[in-house]
Amino acid sequence: MTIRQLAPWVAGAGLIALPFVYREPYHLHLLILILIWSFAYTSWSMMGRFGLVSLGHGGFMGVGAYVTALLWNHLGISPWLGIPVAMIAAAVLAVIVAYPCFRFRITGHYFVLVTLALSGIVLQVITATRDYTGGSLGYTPDRTKGSQFLALQFDDKITWYLIALGVWAVGLAIWGWVDRGMDRYALEAISEDEDAAAAAGVNVTWEKLKITVISALMTSLAGALYCQYQMFISPDTVSGISVSLQMVFAVIVGGLYVSLGPTVGAIITILLAEILRIGFGTKAVGWDNLVYGVLLVVFIIFLPKGILGSILESLKPRPKKAKA
Amino acid sequence: MMEIFDIYLLEAMVNGILLGGLLALLALGLNLIFGVIDVTWICYAELVMIGMYGMYYLVQYFGLPYYAAAPITILLVAALGALLHLLVIAPLLSAPPINQLLATGGVLFVLQSVATVAFGIDFRNLGIRLPVLQFAEMHFSYSRLLAFAAALIGMVLVYLFMTRTYVGTAIRAISQDRQIMALMGVDTRRIYLITSALGGALAGLASCLLVLQYDIHPFVGLSFGPITFLICVLGGLGNFVGGFVAAFVFAEIISLGGLFSDLEWGYVLAFAFFIVMMFIRPAGLLARRS
Repeated sequence: MTIRQLAPWVAGAGLIALPFVYREPYHLHLLILILIWSFAYTSWSMMGRFGLVSLGHGGFMGVGAYVTALLWNHLGISPWLGIPVAMIAAAVLAVIVAYPCFRFRITGHYFVLVTLALSGIVLQVITATRDYTGGSLGYTPDRTKGSQFLALQFDDKITWYLIALGVWAVGLAIWGWVDRGMDRYALEAISEDEDAAAAAGVNVTWEKLKITVISALMTSLAGALYCQYQMFISPDTVSGISVSLQMVFAVIVGGLYVSLGPTVGAIITILLAEILRIGFGTKAVGWDNLVYGVLLVVFIIFLPKGILGSILESLKPRPKKAKA
Repeated sequence: MMEIFDIYLLEAMVNGILLGGLLALLALGLNLIFGVIDVTWICYAELVMIGMYGMYYLVQYFGLPYYAAAPITILLVAALGALLHLLVIAPLLSAPPINQLLATGGVLFVLQSVATVAFGIDFRNLGIRLPVLQFAEMHFSYSRLLAFAAALIGMVLVYLFMTRTYVGTAIRAISQDRQIMALMGVDTRRIYLITSALGGALAGLASCLLVLQYDIHPFVGLSFGPITFLICVLGGLGNFVGGFVAAFVFAEIISLGGLFSDLEWGYVLAFAFFIVMMFIRPAGLLARRS
């Protein structure tokens, strides 16, 4: 085994061991948030790296969070069942919106704006059904009525850290699986030129639909986990355009084309928000988004490959392709 | 028959038409920029929001009358549009179109947070209350009528500018073929800048009209921004007439949907209608089948 093959295992073992050695609750909380959001950003980048820029992922995340919480509060269905239901709901939603888009060759600007409509719909439905969802005031899943395990509610941060770590690792594994598979070549061909890809025998609609559904499933899982961990969701924090743009921003900053790019993006954005919050206190309202926005513009203009992508690019010695 | 055609329905329909005028104005600015520069300004509604704050401060703090503040605001937002083009879009003109769109998404964050930091998150309003017009038991606010009329006049002016002046002709020509016009001796950079300023001016005009009807806060753009994009897509991006028609269709759906239930459901209906229309007419309402 070379160092390269060994490194992920060592890093993984280190990450698993971390909470047992170091258990400062605030830092663990930050790590959990970073892991959950990294997973969400990774799922966005699955589509984004193939030129399928979606602003509808806020919608998928909202479906994941709200369906899980609503099933638990109103029907008493355990999140262990509720999360799969929510994921399926998000996947169905993805197919309903994405299939016509892909079938009728809606790409580029049009695709972005159609997906924008999707996150708009989810946001408005959540707000409009305020009798059930609490509207824009937010929503809290009921505290456990018995077993913590069945309710997927844990008070200690270590459990949550391990859950988030596991899900994040699965997210990276899926990313790697797509990266190594044939679908990647098909999707890259599609993002270059759809007609040429179709002529070369790629089933364009099917390939795009597949990656979209995978991405939607993962995003809704991220939403559900976020809801279970924070025990509070509001339309603004889990759905809508701002969340969608936040995903785009983090991924672009971290690096769209490398597996750990979204994770780097999550680390940077969450730490940035926290530092600003601590540094400025309540005066920080607005400043974090201001810095986000400026960075997003600057990055797109000067570093479109993102921080990690650019670092790997500059480390790359020969034209040989660098593996992340 | 008369029961179906009741007075509230009629009132909602007329209000829908009045709302449609405003939405059409918003869509026109966005369509103009898309048609000519091939860029979608995701932050378009935020320019309107800044314009609304401009109106608020000009009227409340500098004591200017409404009709004096309006032209200043329009010029201000036009300058902002030109600045946006120079700083953000121009460096990205040769980048993939998605990057331009995402960069304006960043500008959206910037404008929202600048407004939050500078003006706070309180709701403000102009304090101008225009009377309500009563006509055959129906109520229409003057502010809506004024907005509708001003939006129509603005659109006619833009139409005349585009068809009757040299610069307007050049703009239309560029929207048809970007490469050739440069060879024909048209300074594309200048045309892009003029178009951006014009798009900004339309946003400024919309903000002068919206400020009469809505409270101002940093996130007000989110309440009509998405709907504007949908209208443009529904009408066919860059298609002025399509955007105009789509604006009225959308406004009627929102207005009538809001009549039977909450206003949010009007929006939900409008969004759902949009997605269904993407199945039926993916290239826009008035698209020519090629």
